[in-house]
Amino acid sequence: MAEAPIVTARAVERSYGARRVLRGVSFDLARGDALLVTGANGSGKTTLLRLLVGLAVPSRGTIDVALHRSRLGFVGHEPLVYRELTALENLDLYGRLYRVPERRERIGMLLERFGLWDARGERVSAFSRGMTQRLGLCRALLHEPELLVLDEPHSALDTQGAGLLDQELESLAGQSTLVVATHEPERLERVATASLSLGTT
Amino acid sequence: MSGYLGDVAALARKDLRLELRARDTLPAMLLFVLATLVVFHFAMPADAGDDPAYGLLWVALVFTSLLGLARAWVPEREAGALDGLVLAPTDRSAIWLGKTIASLAFLGAAEVVAIPAFVLFFAPLDAHALAGVVLASVGICAVGSLVSAMAAASRGREVLLPLIFLPLVIPIVVGGVGATISEEPGKFLAFLGLYDAVFAILSWAAFEYVVTE
Repeated sequence: MAEAPIVTARAVERSYGARRVLRGVSFDLARGDALLVTGANGSGKTTLLRLLVGLAVPSRGTIDVALHRSRLGFVGHEPLVYRELTALENLDLYGRLYRVPERRERIGMLLERFGLWDARGERVSAFSRGMTQRLGLCRALLHEPELLVLDEPHSALDTQGAGLLDQELESLAGQSTLVVATHEPERLERVATASLSLGTT
Repeated sequence: MSGYLGDVAALARKDLRLELRARDTLPAMLLFVLATLVVFHFAMPADAGDDPAYGLLWVALVFTSLLGLARAWVPEREAGALDGLVLAPTDRSAIWLGKTIASLAFLGAAEVVAIPAFVLFFAPLDAHALAGVVLASVGICAVGSLVSAMAAASRGREVLLPLIFLPLVIPIVVGGVGATISEEPGKFLAFLGLYDAVFAILSWAAFEYVVTE
């Protein structure tokens, strides 16, 4: 018997005032699937991802995620961190809120992996955009999410950072469910199991 | 419950740490409340008596709190940190409670400076008046943290916050002035306590709906 999907989207619509940014989106995702979401600017990729993680609700249709929000990881256009806290303080705060076991070890390991260990005591306001994006990825991966939702995660990264992210996604492929909005689908061809192309409505 | 309180403590501690680093809010509140009391001191006729001065104390405290609340959610607006908190598995009311406690700490610090200055410039304050200030501060921060979160999510936040906040705190001003000048301050203190309880519960329950689109 096929495994029940952990994400079910049916005829999802989202409007902001009179402007409809998303129309008639339906898909299922099972554990371990990797969905690439592509489309032009303004096609609703970010909106779809915010609906998926529960930061917004559909205007019509339904989107069900059969996971508690403690099992979701999200990186949006913003890194979702505090600019006047250090990298370590940000991850420690989120580690507490997510009840991450062996928090300090996990934080240290992620900072090392994403090349931020030496900058761990610096405030995020002093970080470059790429470093901030790497920290956002550390935050999203801190609690080992079962569903990882990434909105154009390569956008601010240099070649090395993008390579690290590709490695991370490849190691997660088949274990975690991935939803990645991207303008570079060819980067993720090896991990993708499905794709969804959004058109402007 | 200890997990919930631990989250609240972590969130409030984060706000205090941010303020210690950035010094964006508290110095502005201290300067504002002192400047306001000085202006009132020179604006009040010498023979006006004590009662109008007590009213001015409450005006100064409400507007000082408004200044702090206007900045309360600025760190969360930067870099999308509020989305990060909303996604975290903690009860969302913990975000409101942490912010309320931090706002109360800032307002309390401003009052520690404002009250001696008021006594110096205007008139003495008795224990009932001080109890009124404490109860009023709790209500102001409970309601203010919710309203400022609503305002922070909107485009016209600078206008929206005072438009919603000031009418909501009129009962606090009535209770506070009553506790300060009435011959029966107990009933005004009870009124302030009731206001705190009702609005804290409402704000605690409503916060979840304020932070999702």
